[in-house]
Parts: sequence; structure tokens; C-alpha cells
Amino acid sequence: MAKLTINGAPYEASAGMTILDVCQREGIHIPTLCNHPDLKTQGICRVCVVDVKGSKTLQSACGTPVSDGMEILTTTDRIRKARKTIVELLLANHYTDCTVCPKNLNCELQSLANEFGLTDLRWKERRERTLPQDDTSPVFVRDNNKCVLCQRCVRACDELQGVYAVANLYKGDSTIVGSAFNRPISEVVCINCGQCVAHCPTGALYEKYCIEDVWKAIDDPDKIVVIQTAPAIRAALGEAFDYPPGTRVTGKMVSALRTMGFDNVFDTQFAADLTIMEEGFELLGRLKDALADGGKPSLPMMTSCSPGWIKFQEHFFPEYLPNLSTCKSPQQMFGAVVKSFWARKMNLDPADIVCVSVMPCTAKKFEAARPEMGTDGDQDVDFVLTTRELAVMIKQAGIDLRDMADSAFDDPLGESTGAATIFAATGGVMEAALRTAYEVVTGREVPFKDLDITPVRGLDGVKQAGIALTGVKKEWSFLEGVELKVMVAHGTANAKAVMTALRDGKLDVHFIEIMTCPGGCLGGGGQPLPVSPEKRLARARAIYEEDSESVHRKSHRNPSIARIYDEFFGSPNSHLAHELLHTRYTVRGQY
Amino acid sequence: MARKLDVVFSDIEPGSALRAALAMTPSDVIGLVSRSKLRGRGGAGFPTGIKWDTARRHEGAEKYIVCNADEGEPGTFKDKNILERQTAKVLEGMAIGAYAIGASEGFIYLRGEYKYLVSDLARKIGEMKSQNLIGPDICHEKGFCFDIHIKLGSGSYVCGEETALLESLESRRGEPRNKPPYPAESGFLGRPTVVNNVETLSFVPHILLNGADWFQQFGTEKSTGSKLFSVSGDCGKPGIYEFEFGITIRELLKEIEADAGTKAVQIGGASGFCACADDFDKPICFEGIPTGGSIIIFNKSRSMFRVLKNFVEFFQEESCGQCVPCREGCSRMLEGIEKFEKGKGSSKTINDLLELSETMSLASKCGFGQSVPNSFRTIASKFKDEILSAGEGELWQS
Repeated sequence: MAKLTINGAPYEASAGMTILDVCQREGIHIPTLCNHPDLKTQGICRVCVVDVKGSKTLQSACGTPVSDGMEILTTTDRIRKARKTIVELLLANHYTDCTVCPKNLNCELQSLANEFGLTDLRWKERRERTLPQDDTSPVFVRDNNKCVLCQRCVRACDELQGVYAVANLYKGDSTIVGSAFNRPISEVVCINCGQCVAHCPTGALYEKYCIEDVWKAIDDPDKIVVIQTAPAIRAALGEAFDYPPGTRVTGKMVSALRTMGFDNVFDTQFAADLTIMEEGFELLGRLKDALADGGKPSLPMMTSCSPGWIKFQEHFFPEYLPNLSTCKSPQQMFGAVVKSFWARKMNLDPADIVCVSVMPCTAKKFEAARPEMGTDGDQDVDFVLTTRELAVMIKQAGIDLRDMADSAFDDPLGESTGAATIFAATGGVMEAALRTAYEVVTGREVPFKDLDITPVRGLDGVKQAGIALTGVKKEWSFLEGVELKVMVAHGTANAKAVMTALRDGKLDVHFIEIMTCPGGCLGGGGQPLPVSPEKRLARARAIYEEDSESVHRKSHRNPSIARIYDEFFGSPNSHLAHELLHTRYTVRGQY
Repeated sequence: MARKLDVVFSDIEPGSALRAALAMTPSDVIGLVSRSKLRGRGGAGFPTGIKWDTARRHEGAEKYIVCNADEGEPGTFKDKNILERQTAKVLEGMAIGAYAIGASEGFIYLRGEYKYLVSDLARKIGEMKSQNLIGPDICHEKGFCFDIHIKLGSGSYVCGEETALLESLESRRGEPRNKPPYPAESGFLGRPTVVNNVETLSFVPHILLNGADWFQQFGTEKSTGSKLFSVSGDCGKPGIYEFEFGITIRELLKEIEADAGTKAVQIGGASGFCACADDFDKPICFEGIPTGGSIIIFNKSRSMFRVLKNFVEFFQEESCGQCVPCREGCSRMLEGIEKFEKGKGSSKTINDLLELSETMSLASKCGFGQSVPNSFRTIASKFKDEILSAGEGELWQS
């Protein structure tokens, strides 16, 4: 325990805390820019400098650990001058087109300029748009003219995702962030997860909008425009309308979408329940093959809902592609169902249907465009909006989400269960799959209080659990006494650790859930900004609340799911189901 | 009158200092080095004994000693000469340090441009291995094993900063780390690591052989011993000199046969201080004008504006680009200086740049960023007229 003073007042702090940690705990404001709670400390923007007695120079609050007897000042003349000069230097070298910037009013540099009350810059020779923009990614644009070189994208890509697609290049005043040898991002390994975008404090990184395409479709009288919203949206969209993080806005969102002119407002969660049926039976099928039929199926099986993870696997661990579930993600199952089952039911030509999805994710844009995700060039999902884009569209439509009354999703593709809701959180797919698989095998509910499989919940990077299968039904007798071992990881850096352990023969599990982003989809690269661990916790809380309040909480109990198998697919993993709901993967390698 | 010495380039009997060290306990070796008050010769002047003691006290699965041979300050070339002429002594200094702190591996981080030295260094390491001065059970001391690897830098000035050097040594981009923790606590691969300059290490064997009192008889109270100077520019006898600390600029100028027309002396290279005639009686030492050894002499034919611009151009290119005050500050400083050339600079421009300098010195992440403004501050204050009149035609010949 260290005793220290800040601005003369005494405080205590434990070893390992930084000056910034203590100040934030005590509500002493310190401006920051390169610092981010998700990332390791870099200490390079120097906006957070403070005075530490005995030191000739100023120290960064984020990079300086506290020590006993430390005397810290956070607001003196030389601190104010230094911080203000730094913000001025950043602004002078920042291409400034704030009013037409995607980050307008949501930009940390803009906020700093505001905080320091800047009315003029000492350096008049401002940056022009001299650097080329890299728009070769299918999902985002890098505009280095607005980059402040905080390295948050670099660290997010490396530390959270284990991809390391970008780094600082060159030195001195030529320093930029880019890919190896300054090649376009399209020529290096990138999984399109958008964590770089989500951690960028300025407009240097932004997703590719398809807002205008969607409005155009809505305005086209010959098109039926169907929208699906992922589970994670309802727990985060409110943040863009000044609701506190973790506020559920499901009903208001549905009303807003209807008001905007979407013909049918459906729920990706319907397809999440469908995924559980397909993936659950796929797992049981592989287990039967291995345990009863003497086959050698690819185990452990791995989830395939998260498109960043899929591409990660295709690049880094292609030898394990057979282990991936062949199930399409819920987004893609939904698109396939809309353009087959639903089109037929409604007597519509699939070519007249425009399927739009709202996803917490940028990688979903890439996924929807994969050639295997459509028939004859007609993609199952036509346009993918991020949560942020949807917020923009709602505002463009003149709607204040807060004014909307609650309403329900349309039938039949709007009906879902709590098991589908928790897809938004890390461990959610696993929990949903176990709720169904356990019951299918034993005829009883999972042996957890209120169906809450807590060992797979929470924000630990890697989670492990086992569930003993006893008293199984006759047709599953080969599973009697088997402990079903599962593992859950989120953030592909954690996935990399899991895959490496698997490759080294150190894992003994049957089923692995991997979500690309920290916290799962609720922490996706397309969610409202800024991101933080607290926000992810709040969103997760909202997701589990929605689950516990749901009428149905097991995917196989979704009445609409039962109906679609009756009327259309026959049974899980049927021939038709395989044709429409399953997919294949591509070996990509790293170079 | 400060004495001219010949310690660094004098020969010792190979292994004699190491054997003297091995006859002592590691903490006694550190005690001796501490009592000598030996300070780092790279420029920062950190007490070597404290560095070693910190590394010794810090627990680590492995500890390392690194010889910083990334000699990159403009105007310095002493380390190159030491490595060429006294290779064995530097390696022996490393081995003594390794014994003192408990390291079994060491690195020579060699400036990329000194690549031609690699084969000689490797040969010398091999020779010392065959003499049982490097390798397993050194000097038959059971359990004291020490090996040395050579790592080439890739041309970055900032990698001379010890934490950037360690990043580079770990095969990453050479960018300074946050301090604390200091390398002696958490350095190479997060383990206790001592980084010492070539010249510092070359003094260590002499201290072991001759004692702390012998070393302390040279120099000043806070800057003991002697120092190598790399002298270049307008003088009769440029080259490498060894003087005791505390030598005045005037004494030095006399020794190197600089003419009476000497206008300015840049002490410590581009990141150092510019001295004018008024300063010539000041001593060169840590309590006076500190230096890593670079001494550049300018006579009356030189434009101090050009000198300044050259330094700032160097920094604009060599800033690692990591922290804002250094990266952006260097660019804006150069932009400001170029105004004078165009006849658009004024006293206000100088004042603006002095304010910028203040932020760069106070808020930059590493010692390099913090020292960038030294040359601007000193040249702009001592040769203000030359700066202000830089735009009035070509007065100076280059």
C-alpha cells in the first residue's frame, strides 16, 4: 500500500496502480488520448502529463506507477501549458473536416480541443489531405490524414485480436500506421473485426457505410425490404440516444425500424435458435460418429457464428477448418430462410426481396459478401448495417428513439427465445447449445439453477466447463456417463492461445465456442463508441436480463422453429437444411 | 589545468581485472565500482554502481548485461575506436559486470554502420573463450558462465536510448518504453538488465586493477575519472582525446589547436549544448556542461543558423515518431526555423519556439525528445542575430 498526495490531499493506493488509476478512482480528471482501458499502456500522447515532486520533467499519469511518498500535482501552469501545446500540435497535424467526419461529435480529439478551449492554433500551416486513404478493406477505410498515432488500433489488433495487421511504419515526421511494407490492408491478413475502428479516437478509421443503399431499397416500391437485428443491438443502440449503457431498447428499436419504412421487422434471434438446432445436432452427430460408430470425426467441434473468427481460422489455423461447425452464422441462415421458406410462404420472388441486417459487427459485411453465401450471384443478405449506422439512419429519419413506443417483431421470423438473446455475450452460444443438447439427450433440463449455466458466463478470456451426461435416453446410450467438456474464448488473441494449446495436444474438450470480439458480439467492432469494459459488462447484464424474462428460454421450445422444421426443413441437418443452412470454408494461409 | 590521460587506450593484461573481480564477492565488486563514482559515459551520467546494484537485487530467472555500442550522436566516434583498439577490455568489463549482477548472457548492441566490426568482435570473443575468460566456468570459477552475443542495430538514432535499444534487441520496433520500470529492474525480456556504454565498460577493468581512489583522483567531485572526447570541426587537431572531467572549454580548445576565431563549440552533439566565447571558461562535466563526448568546433566562417537547421532536420528525421511532443515538435520547430530563411521569422517566432521547446523538454517520453531543444535554446539565445538575419542573403559560406 502506497501513501501519496495528489494536489495536497492524501490518498492510498495499492502497488501496481498508476497515477491515472488513482486519479480516475478519486474522480480527479486527467485528460487522456492514447490510453484505453482495453489496452496496454503506451504513454505516447503525453496529454496526461502530471508533475511528480522531485522529477525535473513531467510524467505521464498513465505510464507512471505510484510509489510511497509520491507528491503529485495535476493542474499547474506548466502542466496546462504542456497539455495545451500537445493538443495544438495534434490538431495542427490533423486533417480537419469535422462537420463531415464520421466521428463528428464522437471524436476524442475534438473533445480535447473543446476541453482546452482552443480558439486558435499557433501553427497555421495545417495538414492537408496529403496521404492516400486506404479503402481496400471490404469493411473499413483508413484515413491517415486524421491519425494521431496513438497506436490504439495497433494495440487492439495485436493484443486483443492476435492478428497484428498494422504497426507504426517509418519514423520521425514520416511515421504512419500501416501494414507491412506499407501494402494496402487487403494484401495482408485482416479479419475485418473492426476492433481497430472501435478503438480509434478520431475519424482515421471508420466503417464503410451502406446507409444510402438501404434508403434506396426502402424507397423502391418494387422491393420488399426485410430487416433482421442481431441480439447485441438491443442492448447497445440506446447508447447512441443518451440512454445509459445496458438499457434494453428492443421494442423501441422495432418501432423505429417500422417507422423508417422497413416492410418486415424480423429478428436474427429466430435464426440463432435455428443455429442451435442445426449446430446442436451436428455436435451430437459427430459425438455419435466418434463414440458409437468408430468414425474419426473432427473434434472438438468449434462454433462458426463469428465471421472474424472464421477468417482468423482460415488464415492462421487452416488445418482445423474441418473442426468448424458447417453451420452458417445466424445472419446468413436468416438470409437463406427469408429468400427460400419465407419467400415461398409469402409468394414472393426472392429477387424482389432486399434482406438488410443490423449487426454489432463489421466482419458481417464481409461475411454477407462471401460467394458461398448466396445463389447465382444473389446474396442471401444484401446489406449489413452496423449498430452505429443504424443510429445514424434513425436520426436521419428524424426519429428520436426515446419517443418510440414498444412494439414486437413481425411473425414468423420474429419469434425467438432467451437462448438466442444470449448469443450476444461470450459463452452464450455454448449455454444455448447446452440447454438444448442436454435436454435432447437426457429428456431433462440442464442441471443449473434457472437454466443459468454460470461457468460459461463472464468476461474471463478463456472459460472451461464440463457437464456429466447421465440417465440418457435410449437412442443416446453411447453418451451415458460421458462428461461433455466445453471451452469458451473471446477475442481472437485468446482464440489463438486455445488453438495453440489444441495443436500442442494440451486440450481435451468436445466443443469450443469462439467469439471474435472482447465480450462477444456485444463488444463488436460495429457497436456504439466509445468502448469500455464497463459498457460491455452493462450490455451483458441487459442481455442476461432479457433472457431471464423471456417466455421461452430454450431454442427447441421456439414454436416458430418447430413449425419451420414441420413445414419446410423436415429435421435438423436434413438434406434441405444442409443445402440452405450450412456452408464451407476457404484455406487462406498467411501470405 | 586538467590532465590529459591515457586510460581507455592503455593495455592491461588480459583477464587480470576479471581475476581480481572473481577474487571478490559480487557485492564487493559493486561496492568498489560505486565508490569510484563511475558514471555512465553515454551522456546521461547515471551512476554505474547503482545500476548494477539494482540489477543485482532484482530477482529474475536470468539477468543480462548489454554493451550499448549504438554510437549515433552526431560528432561522436570514440566507441568505434575503443571497440577497434581495446576490444578485449570492453568484453572483460562486460564479464565483470555479469559477475557482479549475476548475469550469464550479454549482448553487444552494435550500431548498424559498424557492421565491419562484427568479425573482429566475434573473433575476439572466440579467443577469450579459448582463454577461459568467456564461456563456462570462467577462470575456473565453478558456476560462473558468461557468453556474449552480437546484435546489429538497423540505423535508428533512438535505439541508443536504452529502452528503445532493448525493444530492438527483442526484435521489435525501436521505441522507448515507459520508465519506471528501469531496465535494471525489468529490461530484456522483462528481466533485470544492465545497459552500459562501451566507454563505461572500458573503465571498469581499470577500476578493478587500480582501485576506487585511483579513479577518483581524476575529474571533479561529481564527475570522477576521465572522459573521451570526439573532436571535429574547425581545429588544427581533430580526433579522440582523453581528459579528466572538469576540463574547461578554453583548455580543450588549446589542446586541439582551435584558432582564435572559434565562434562556438557544440558540446554533446545535436542533442547537446552550444557554447559561445562567454562560456569558454565553463567546465565540461556533469555539474557543468555534460556530454557523451561529441565536441564540434565552429569558427567565424560558419553560419550558426545553418548549424541549427542541420540539427533540427536531423531530429525531425530521427524522432522515433512515437510521442507527440517530439514527433510533432520537431516538425514544427523545423518549420519555424525555415521561416527565418524566408525572411518571415521574428523575435515572436523565437519566443513561440521557446515555448514549444519547453513542452518538448518537459513532456517528451524519453531523454532524446527531452534533449532535442537543447541546441535550439542555446544557439537561439547566443546567436539570436544570426537567426534573425538568416533571410538576408547568403552571408555565410557553408
